Amino acid sequence: MAREYMDGATAIVRGAIDAGCTFFAGYPITPATPILLHMVRELPKVGGVALEAEDEIAAISMCIGATLAGARAMTATSGPGISLFSENIGLAIMAEIPLVIVDAQRLGPATGGATTGAQGDIQFLRWGTSGGYPVIVLAPASVAECYTLTLRAFDLAERFRVPVFLATDKDMVMNMATVDTEALKRVPVRERRLAATPPPQYRDPRWRPEETFLPWAFEPIDAVPPMAHFGGPHIVRVTTSTHDEHGFLTKDPAKVQRLNEHLWRKIMDHREETEFAHYDPQEGADVLFLAYGTPARAMREAVRQARAAGHRVSALTLHTLWPVPEGILSFALRGVRRVVVGELNFGQYTREVERIAYREAARHGVPAAEVIGVYRVDGLPLHPEAFLKAIT
Amino acid sequence: MATRPASPIPVSITWDTYRNERSYPFCPGCGHTHILNALNQALVRVQRDPHKVVLVSDIGCVGLSDQYFAVNALHGLHGRSVAYATGIKLANPELTVIVLIGDGGTGIGGHHLISAARRNVDLTVLVFNNFNFGMTGGEHSVTTPIGAHTATTRQGNPEHPFDIARTLSINGATYVWRGTTFDTDLPDRIAEAIAHPGFAVLDIWELCTAYFVPNNNFSRKVLQDLQHRLGMEMGLLHREERPEYAQYHRRLIAEQEGEPALPARPLTPRYHSTLHHPFRMVVAGKAGGKVRSAARLVAAGGVLSGLWATQQDDYPVTIMSGHSVSHVILSPEEVLYSGVDIPDVLIITAAEGLAKVHHFLRRMRPTETVFVTPAFSDVSTAARKLLINPRDAGIRVTRTNEVLLTLFAAMRHLAIYPIDALAEAIRILQRPSIAEQSLTALEASAHVKPRPIS
Ligand SMILES: Cc1ncc(C[n+]2csc(CCOP(=O)(O)OP(=O)(O)O)c2C)c(N)n1
Ligand code: SF4
Ligand SMILES: [Mg+2]
Repeated sequence: MAREYMDGATAIVRGAIDAGCTFFAGYPITPATPILLHMVRELPKVGGVALEAEDEIAAISMCIGATLAGARAMTATSGPGISLFSENIGLAIMAEIPLVIVDAQRLGPATGGATTGAQGDIQFLRWGTSGGYPVIVLAPASVAECYTLTLRAFDLAERFRVPVFLATDKDMVMNMATVDTEALKRVPVRERRLAATPPPQYRDPRWRPEETFLPWAFEPIDAVPPMAHFGGPHIVRVTTSTHDEHGFLTKDPAKVQRLNEHLWRKIMDHREETEFAHYDPQEGADVLFLAYGTPARAMREAVRQARAAGHRVSALTLHTLWPVPEGILSFALRGVRRVVVGELNFGQYTREVERIAYREAARHGVPAAEVIGVYRVDGLPLHPEAFLKAIT
Repeated sequence: MATRPASPIPVSITWDTYRNERSYPFCPGCGHTHILNALNQALVRVQRDPHKVVLVSDIGCVGLSDQYFAVNALHGLHGRSVAYATGIKLANPELTVIVLIGDGGTGIGGHHLISAARRNVDLTVLVFNNFNFGMTGGEHSVTTPIGAHTATTRQGNPEHPFDIARTLSINGATYVWRGTTFDTDLPDRIAEAIAHPGFAVLDIWELCTAYFVPNNNFSRKVLQDLQHRLGMEMGLLHREERPEYAQYHRRLIAEQEGEPALPARPLTPRYHSTLHHPFRMVVAGKAGGKVRSAARLVAAGGVLSGLWATQQDDYPVTIMSGHSVSHVILSPEEVLYSGVDIPDVLIITAAEGLAKVHHFLRRMRPTETVFVTPAFSDVSTAARKLLINPRDAGIRVTRTNEVLLTLFAAMRHLAIYPIDALAEAIRILQRPSIAEQSLTALEASAHVKPRPIS
């Protein structure tokens, strides 16, 4: 059985290449820089373009432009760069741009701790642009998952035409680990769905684009429209503003409502397609450990030790953070007396778990599970002890 | 709705090939109308397939412009149009990409213009320069002349106006023209700029009849005289040929495509380890001393011996000075938590590293081991201390092999796995020239025998 020894950054880049990524623009920032360096070195070998942009705003703008011209694009940064991405994340939502964004989280706020890990961006990734429309956020908890979830991110980006984030952290990206080659499963990535080629007579410029193609017609409302690239068989109009089925600006309330409902429902009506997690239940356990990213490793170590000491605990590693995997969570919360959530922030995801726990309890007329958050914000990884102490 | 003739292609391009039937939304007399008409004339002259033309419009009244054309369009965020255009051009160099941007966008996104000019990306940038923000109500912009009255400079603008054309021409743009909407050669210049194979910018001065004109008694005549008052010359200011940026990337692809990207370096376990429980080792050295790469070899040797390894490196952002500390865990089972509370083995090779591991020294017990080079033989700890002198190796000790010699000697002493596994790790992971030095150190390390310090 072959193994490899590598860091998360290498696994992410390999995932991107295997997913068919052909464009990368980034701006150096610890701990995301290794991804930029790998991409600049490797992407020409697969016919792609990778570059260092003049800033993060340019990096994501270039990714958006390149995607519209036919590329599969990714960018990578850390919290300060996500801040600069903010407005363009909104554009990518509005213009339905499939895009993969890696956030190698570091300690905040602001410049914070460049070389220290954290998970302070978890709510920010979800709510980091105006309007409140959904994005997808995945979180790998091992080097192998850095690979598989990058593929998954590219797949979901195509499926939903939306930015998909890979929420990692400094330790996940920079630490080296043994990887079983078999764990590097090549998750299938959907091809981009393109609008059908029109009959040749439509190439006659006397046809107006809007007479031959409606790039923004959503039928039914939760359906994701096929893409038409610049330079392809259709002429296509893309805009950051509220638009009609042609891509012309509109303020018609009925059309505005329909567009915005579409942006919401294309993801939220299909959220079960986005739910990924690793559930490790134990018979008779009424304590559930829950974590994502690097703390999930400490959590699994804690599970190992707890079970060896005779405790009964189940464990849930979330691979999807947004949309909140409510199906998985409500399933894992059944019959649980206490949930211990470990995070490298002050409980940003604990509140989501709490919300689901209370809702499920009310729904079933049972007492809600007690949700205990164990946090660490000093830049060091969460220790298995943190979970173990919260068992009793 | 579809009543147009389905004639065979190609058809001749006419004045309404690129311009659609919708009428402009601009105020009467607004300069934007003139520029867009000139753009249409230029497109008709250049005769590009509308499918291959992309208009990227910025924000402002100018941002409405793309809707009056029957070509591809991206209407993006304020100031970012040039960056989107760069991405478009890089992904598909056969496209003709034209940016429509206001003086407002030129201000907020100026850096993107300068960067695109420096790169010489083949874009055509039309600056709709009406000296104020039209859409938001006539506030001053980066090009507002000194003294001009706007909604935000009621006492007269105190800021020096930004010279777009000269800034871009001294920063790499390869076609730079400045003029006004009243220049009769505007369509020719736009056509010329589109045909130019590099970054082309036209700084087009115009009237905002809703704000700048009434607020400043501005007129066609004052506009045409403004160049003298501002000392900004008009006309074709710069033109040169220089390698284009999208072509540069195509060349990289042409040279490299097909080479294996990020090839896997499989480590197939073929050696045997005696380890039955996790083994935690910390190497504390100084930056530039190859601590991380040496630790990586030790970990990879473990993988080749069927062990699971993790490695967490700690070093300052200034990587050539200060400490470099690597934490390696080897275990017969998958290592989940990669932090080290108390190392089984601590190796100290530099004062910078020592400064970072005092907490370990305090916590370590007599069952654990500290290996030190001679300079650190007096460190105080309850752990067992062993002295390693790299000079015993009989080869010249350098900044780059000292840690290797020390670590290899320790690994020989610890006998966790066969030394051949280390040799194989070196051959797999390192470039031949580097591997040769590492193998020399590995061999020489046989002469370095750790000695107890009492
Ligand atoms: C980030 C951001 N800030 C502010 C605005 C509001 N805004 C809309 S148009 C505009 C100014 C546009 O001025 P200019 O580029 O000169 O275009 P004009 O209206 O004169 O054609 C501003 C600031 C915005 N859309 N986005
Ligand atoms: S406000 Fe100024 S720039 Fe906008 S349309 Fe009117 S005249 Fe033109
Ligand atoms: Mg303006």
